[in-house]
Amino acid sequence: MTKRRNLAPWLLVLPSALYLAVFFATPMAQSFALALQDSAGSWSLESVQLMLGDPDFGRAVSATLTLLVLVIPIQLALALAMAIVINKRLRGTSLWLYCYALPLAISELAAGIVWVSIFTQRGWLNSILQSLGILDRGVIWMSGESYWMLIGIIVVAEAWRATSIMMIILVAGLQSIPDEYLEAAEVYGASLWQRIRRVILPMLRPSLQVALILRVILAIQVFATAVALAGTGLTVMSQQALDWANDIDNDNVAAAWAGLMLVISLTATVGILWLLPVREEQRQ
Amino acid sequence: MTRAHTLETPPTTPARALDGPPVPEGPPPPRRKHTWRRLGNQALWYAAAIVLALFIALPIYLIFVSAVTPEADRYTYPKAIVPSALSFENISFFLRASGVVDAFWRSCIVGIITIVLALGIGAPAGYAIARYVFRGRDAYRLVILATRAFPVVILSIPLAVLYRQVGINDSVLGVALMHTTLALPFTVLITSSVFVSIPRDLEEAAQTLGCSPAQAFRRISLPLALPGLTAAAIFTWVLSWNDVFAAAILTLRNPTLPARILSSLTQAPLHFQFAAAFVMLVPSLVVIFIIRRYLLGLWGRVVK
Repeated sequence: MTKRRNLAPWLLVLPSALYLAVFFATPMAQSFALALQDSAGSWSLESVQLMLGDPDFGRAVSATLTLLVLVIPIQLALALAMAIVINKRLRGTSLWLYCYALPLAISELAAGIVWVSIFTQRGWLNSILQSLGILDRGVIWMSGESYWMLIGIIVVAEAWRATSIMMIILVAGLQSIPDEYLEAAEVYGASLWQRIRRVILPMLRPSLQVALILRVILAIQVFATAVALAGTGLTVMSQQALDWANDIDNDNVAAAWAGLMLVISLTATVGILWLLPVREEQRQ
Repeated sequence: MTRAHTLETPPTTPARALDGPPVPEGPPPPRRKHTWRRLGNQALWYAAAIVLALFIALPIYLIFVSAVTPEADRYTYPKAIVPSALSFENISFFLRASGVVDAFWRSCIVGIITIVLALGIGAPAGYAIARYVFRGRDAYRLVILATRAFPVVILSIPLAVLYRQVGINDSVLGVALMHTTLALPFTVLITSSVFVSIPRDLEEAAQTLGCSPAQAFRRISLPLALPGLTAAAIFTWVLSWNDVFAAAILTLRNPTLPARILSSLTQAPLHFQFAAAFVMLVPSLVVIFIIRRYLLGLWGRVVK
């Protein structure tokens, strides 16, 4: 082994490390600095206080967390159902996989508008329900007055858009469960539900952990779907950060929002790691 | 009726050509005893598969119909689930709106710069992780994984401040640099899993036959890695094409397509919105179709 050869991996890794130092580590440190300064640039908690005192503070935080709490279990159940169907290896497995994976590449904004076309007053849902004779008159689904209806609509849209990523992770995890385990359970007469509870979920724990962390972090950043579907009917945390940065032109308060979102993300990550510990022998 | 099928054709064609490596496909294991119960059971599984597929595919079909509805039928209610004619009036109305075409090209350019930067910087690192054991490798992997725990918001706001100081605010380059940061961790992990899947022995064999390490890489590993690297590039492009938040913070007069659409969302008529969603959606669907064989490899393996 020559000395030059030992240097090779370092040289290959160096550009990406430098890039992340400049465009990831630095802005992150700056974000904290911005949040802990006032708009004149001296250190104070003024920006944090401005954020906390904002009349929209409670609304934005509670809407984001409500969406998170409602959408994650639904997505988990849907993703698990999709993954189990895929793993069943029906005819045309790759076709089913392709179909379930379609929303992976669909943007938040496009997904939001897709569901606007369904839930708007003269939209698809009312059209179909009325054509089938289930409704006499169109229901106003998306109204600013009905907060919970808006939440429900955004939950459906998010479940549609963002379940695929969990599904893919769970399919990859299911494939690493030896077929013999499930066959053995079947031979001994375990029902589907028993197989899910006693074999699949415990074996899938590492994948579940990753899928949950990834989704929760993304759910805290929910943005364009909510904007497209609810307009000003409700506000989320990302929207507040954007408003403070662009409309109010106060980067300090925007950074305070970003900091708050980071704190919630990290708390959630630690919480998931604590609730779903992965035993050492299960780790890859 | 013919029109109703236009959206359904793409998903059906791949079925035949799709015996790709990641999904072990094939007929179910031979079972001689076709008892009624087993058949019923099988039917239930197919029913579940179809219900889930409809939940995903139906909204895509509906936005397609919404986008191609002729102007004359725009306010018809109840809407017809099969359009009376295929019309590009809504789409051309959207494309003629001020700044939309510019924003479209800007999004394309941002995507291309992001691919070049993210692969140019990320692929070598991915190769290093796959092929070498070196001090700091585990730490580097951990840092790469940890970057995903941080919301985009926290990066975009200080970058907007920095860009104003350097003079690249509201520019294609600024957005592309941000998107590269978002994509880089994925690019590193994906490319490393691509190179791990190519046996090292092949490169070593080439070297014993007289290739230099660089030649061995270029002639053996690179061609084998090319499909995987292409998939990684496409994945990077998707990240960039779909980003709304960072682009909305970093641009003002020169928005990318999603940022342009977002800024006029509240005033825009519904047919504008539907056409916009459709235009954003089509490339995404094409892309998923192109990289369908790598879906499990890309997203499934990235998480380990």
